[in-house]
Amino acid sequence: MKPQPFTVHRGIAAPLLTRNIDTDTIIPSRKIQRVSKQGLGDGLFAGWRYRAPDSREPDPEFILNRDGYRDASILLAGANFGCGSSREHAVWALGEFGIRAVLAPSFGSIFRNNCTLNGILAVALKDSTIRTLADWVQTDPRSNQLQIDLQNQVIEWKVGGTLAFEIEPAKRRLLLQGLDGIAVTLQRTSAIDEFEVADRAVRPWVYRLPEPPIAQPGNRPGNRGP
Amino acid sequence: MPETLFDKLWSLHRVAEVGQGECLLHLDRIFLHERTGSVALLSLERAGRRIRSPERVFCTMDHIVDTRPGRGDETQVPHGAHFIAATRDSARRAGIRLFDVNDPRQGIGHVIAAELGIVLPGMSVVCPDSHTCTLGALGALAWGIGSTEAEHALATGTLRVSRPRSMRVSFDGRVPAGVTPKDLIIHLISCFGSQAATGHAVEFAGPAIEAMPVEGRATLCNMAVEMGAFTGLVAPDERTVRYVRGREYAPTGALWEQAAEHWSALHSDSDALFDRELQIDCAAVAPSVTWGTNPEQAVPIGGRVPHPDSFADSHRASAAARALQYMDLAPGTPTDTIRVDAAFIGSCTNSRLSDLRAAAGYLKGRRIAPWIRALCVPGSSSVKRAAEAEGLDEVFRRAGFEWREAGCSLCFHAGGESFGGQRVISSTNRNFQGRQGPGARTHLGSPLTVAASACRGYICAAEPTE
Ligand code: SF4
Repeated sequence: MKPQPFTVHRGIAAPLLTRNIDTDTIIPSRKIQRVSKQGLGDGLFAGWRYRAPDSREPDPEFILNRDGYRDASILLAGANFGCGSSREHAVWALGEFGIRAVLAPSFGSIFRNNCTLNGILAVALKDSTIRTLADWVQTDPRSNQLQIDLQNQVIEWKVGGTLAFEIEPAKRRLLLQGLDGIAVTLQRTSAIDEFEVADRAVRPWVYRLPEPPIAQPGNRPGNRGP
Repeated sequence: MPETLFDKLWSLHRVAEVGQGECLLHLDRIFLHERTGSVALLSLERAGRRIRSPERVFCTMDHIVDTRPGRGDETQVPHGAHFIAATRDSARRAGIRLFDVNDPRQGIGHVIAAELGIVLPGMSVVCPDSHTCTLGALGALAWGIGSTEAEHALATGTLRVSRPRSMRVSFDGRVPAGVTPKDLIIHLISCFGSQAATGHAVEFAGPAIEAMPVEGRATLCNMAVEMGAFTGLVAPDERTVRYVRGREYAPTGALWEQAAEHWSALHSDSDALFDRELQIDCAAVAPSVTWGTNPEQAVPIGGRVPHPDSFADSHRASAAARALQYMDLAPGTPTDTIRVDAAFIGSCTNSRLSDLRAAAGYLKGRRIAPWIRALCVPGSSSVKRAAEAEGLDEVFRRAGFEWREAGCSLCFHAGGESFGGQRVISSTNRNFQGRQGPGARTHLGSPLTVAASACRGYICAAEPTE
């Protein structure tokens, strides 16, 4: 599937500067109830966003429930954002809520890859820069919006204020073009075939598995519970 | 040029440089589970794409499956049966190997992939699960991915990866009695932090690792991701070869000889350079426990819960303050005065036979404190059978533990069973907020520490026995 391309985005930024916000916090596992990439936005930050585990009553203290931040599309986050579980549901939930970019001093690496593959920009910025942006945003979140230009790798903030950011070229290209990674790689099928032919000669045990591959004796579905 | 183990593994699987710093890596094995694998299988199918090499793709039921005795598809996880049925159906249609709910080989993916010889030294393996790095214990290049990457892996048999930097952690000195691999890794993470290895492939080396059985190495590699690592690795040696030999999917005969010969070259050259090197003096490590909501927030048992002001870094200080609030702990509390409500032995970190033996060794002839709820969940159905053959199940039961079927169980809360609101001493790998249930307060420690703490009812280390 093709992600939505990311070129220039302007929006409200919400500061959530806690360190080590993990993907369990971004989307608690109990909020993942179907084999699906959809229906997750409601569960975003559920443990913080709502008053009780199973309620939908907003906790007014939580940043995304506060005046001015409800329509945030950018997160300013603390270090190691998205660490923990590899669940891509965290990214799908962010996307469904409307988040297009996360700026943080560092990220969980699987989370960051997941972002890129879903058209969400995850940019690493210096801690002090994040703080400066957060301070500025907080004075008037609705007016003090950030504009992120991925083509030119700059963030525009206060009048005349721009700051440059770095991003790996491969991630940038994927985001700008909204490429379907599988289709791109399938163009290299012959290289993969050649690799496997050569590799089979060197490491035949990798490719030779005991038969039978599919019919598995003793592999029966669970009987109905007791 | 001298090469690191990681360099060698990388070259072994490099199909092509694809520009912009990325490399197309060949995948020898893909592992899936019903929680995150199901969505990848389904989405691939909807897109009308085929799995390139279904014979090298494996799937297990571990995350959602019930672990209470007599289980079937029904689980306490809301909509859990739906995940299980959907996974089974798509696995069948895709023609991949599935270790279903009551398959004798079922278990936690990272446990059975090693135990069945599905993953072998030098192989590359991915799974949409962050603890895939556990398998680095065999000298395999194993890393966790997301679901979209899993689709890519399934469809193309490869992944595009930016090359991580390299790190070596040397474990020197003598490991004191009573200090387990779990204590070593908790100590390491608490010394260097949860981001110490971000963007790095970490090789664990040194005399303590050479002397460590493969199962202990798995515990170390399992938690490499808790310091941000791309993966953890241990060079395969004679212990590894002994471990792998005779496993169901391991090669035999001439193929085995050829494989073993190949593996013998898989180690870092003596003069290889790493981007970063860390040292741990094992003699200075004590049984350790976490006090906060991240694995880096840990101290030796008997030490005190730190004061947030004691952290020079302001982020760490505020994280500590938040964590203490969630954990309902006052700064300065001696860790061995923390009363626990529950005890959990299990997870891909510490659910193998050696872990169960260590805990049972302590529990023999003892009982847990009367207010404790204690669970032992073997990592795989075959670990369970092996433990039962030794009578360990009886030891756990007599001590007051529940003895479960294999799976992830209460390592994480998915809406079903829960340690909600309780304080848990746990042999798992994550003490995040709500990880084991809404409001659950998790303290991570070794299986031995869990056993001893369950008996005393307060966090404590087992008395070392030489
Ligand atoms: S045991 Fe826990 S950490 Fe390991 S795979 Fe299962 S849920 Fe994840």
